Amino acid sequence: MKKFFAKLYIWILLVVLYAPLVFIAIFSFTESKVLGSWEGFSTHLYQNLLTGQMQGNASLLAAVKNTVLIALVAAAVSTLLGTVAAIGIHNMKGRAKKAVTFLNNIPMINPDIITGVSLFLLFVFLHFSQGYLTVILAHITFCTPYVVLSVMPKLQQMNPNIYEAALDLGATPQVALRKVLVPQLKPGMVSGFILAFTMSLDDFAVTFFTRGTIGLDTLSTYIYTDARKGGLTPELRPLMTLIFLVVLILLVIINIRQDRLSKLKENR
Amino acid sequence: MSKRSNWSIPYVVFLVFFVVLPLVLVMVYAFQDSQGHFTLGNLAKFFTDKDALSTFAVSIEVALENTALCILLGYPAAWILANKQYNKSAVTIVLFIMPMWINALMRTLATAQLFTMLGITLGKGTLLFGMVYDYLPFMIYPIYNVLAKMDKSYAEAAVDLGATPWTAFWKVTVPLSMPGVMSGILMVFMPTVSTFAISEFLTNNKIKLFGTIIQENINSSMWNYGAALAFVMLIIIGITTLFDKDKEQLEGGLI
Repeated sequence: MKKFFAKLYIWILLVVLYAPLVFIAIFSFTESKVLGSWEGFSTHLYQNLLTGQMQGNASLLAAVKNTVLIALVAAAVSTLLGTVAAIGIHNMKGRAKKAVTFLNNIPMINPDIITGVSLFLLFVFLHFSQGYLTVILAHITFCTPYVVLSVMPKLQQMNPNIYEAALDLGATPQVALRKVLVPQLKPGMVSGFILAFTMSLDDFAVTFFTRGTIGLDTLSTYIYTDARKGGLTPELRPLMTLIFLVVLILLVIINIRQDRLSKLKENR
Repeated sequence: MSKRSNWSIPYVVFLVFFVVLPLVLVMVYAFQDSQGHFTLGNLAKFFTDKDALSTFAVSIEVALENTALCILLGYPAAWILANKQYNKSAVTIVLFIMPMWINALMRTLATAQLFTMLGITLGKGTLLFGMVYDYLPFMIYPIYNVLAKMDKSYAEAAVDLGATPWTAFWKVTVPLSMPGVMSGILMVFMPTVSTFAISEFLTNNKIKLFGTIIQENINSSMWNYGAALAFVMLIIIGITTLFDKDKEQLEGGLI
């Protein structure tokens, strides 16, 4: 009985959580301009989206491209910067270590809008013209702390003697780094990269304040401007549905692989 | 190995330039007039502006209510998910996190549309619902993490020593899971105060939150007043993080 209610509670939450997504998916199969009015089944919006033939809305595809590009660059740089920083912080001691950890916490505690406004003021103050570069720098700023936090536990779990042993056995520090340190940190780096990538994809406020006036749009800022103009671009519905499906498939694949891996380990 | 500590230098330089300097600039702009002279005028303007003050009060109220609702709904969910008796697969947890992969603005717009279609007028109620909807996963996840890692034998020991399961839950499990609740609060409370797009969509611009007036001032080139408002927010962040004395616990809860 208890189990029944526990399961019921989880399922009710999930249904509510997914209702808007299902709603978008259903209305991606009708041509109406407004979300919520049904004008018969049609796959027209999908065709428009995939062929890029949208009346005056080609900028949607540009926004998608920008979003992915910015997220990839920001996540890659954050992973590099954050991993190197984590190795450094791990080898620090006492007050200096505390101070750097505190600094690293600030961007995570700050709400997006503070990060956005403060960086906006920085670029204004430096007379730095805003565009791709400023958005990417801003994204690196709020992504890197999460990479540091993902890599740190791996460093703490690692046996420092292995690295020393590699040096004793004649490896140069570079080789020891590449062959010993990096492989051990890799899981942390990967989860840091994924975290950074998703945070960058989903960001709205920071991009909004640092994109300047050159007409640079990511998916978030595109949707915001679109919604404020009234009426959303209908092609956003199939786009969201497709993104949702891709994420779903990716997660299913990851889960199946993890299942297989753990079964393999059990059988050994 | 000792030289390894130098590896943090590039990041420290980066942090000083892109985190510390910008925050200093917020303070500098907050205490300057448009000519660059020192003034307390911006802060005075905020504390005498009835509209801004009431927006501020509404934001804090909505954030408190949202945080409370997220704990009330999220804690049981996290507890059930962390309990092997009720939930054996990791897939359910993934299901809770997955909506976060879909653009938050798009989800919020869809929620607002769903309300309109059901004939519910957009206002305070829909705002709270939408906020809970957007932030619930941020509350569930850290609490779940702490509960899943927790040593179950503490609660079992309490029951063995004569406590009822209910007492054991309140006296043992809940206090031990507080780090997770704390990081959940940090991830829900301040972001709620500062959202602007979400509140605009969910109330059809009827209810403004603090984030919206910051955005409006910055975008209409009232940088100094906007910076002063951001400064007020920074002080609140300072106060809320004081409650969280143990930083190590926060880290443990986040990842």
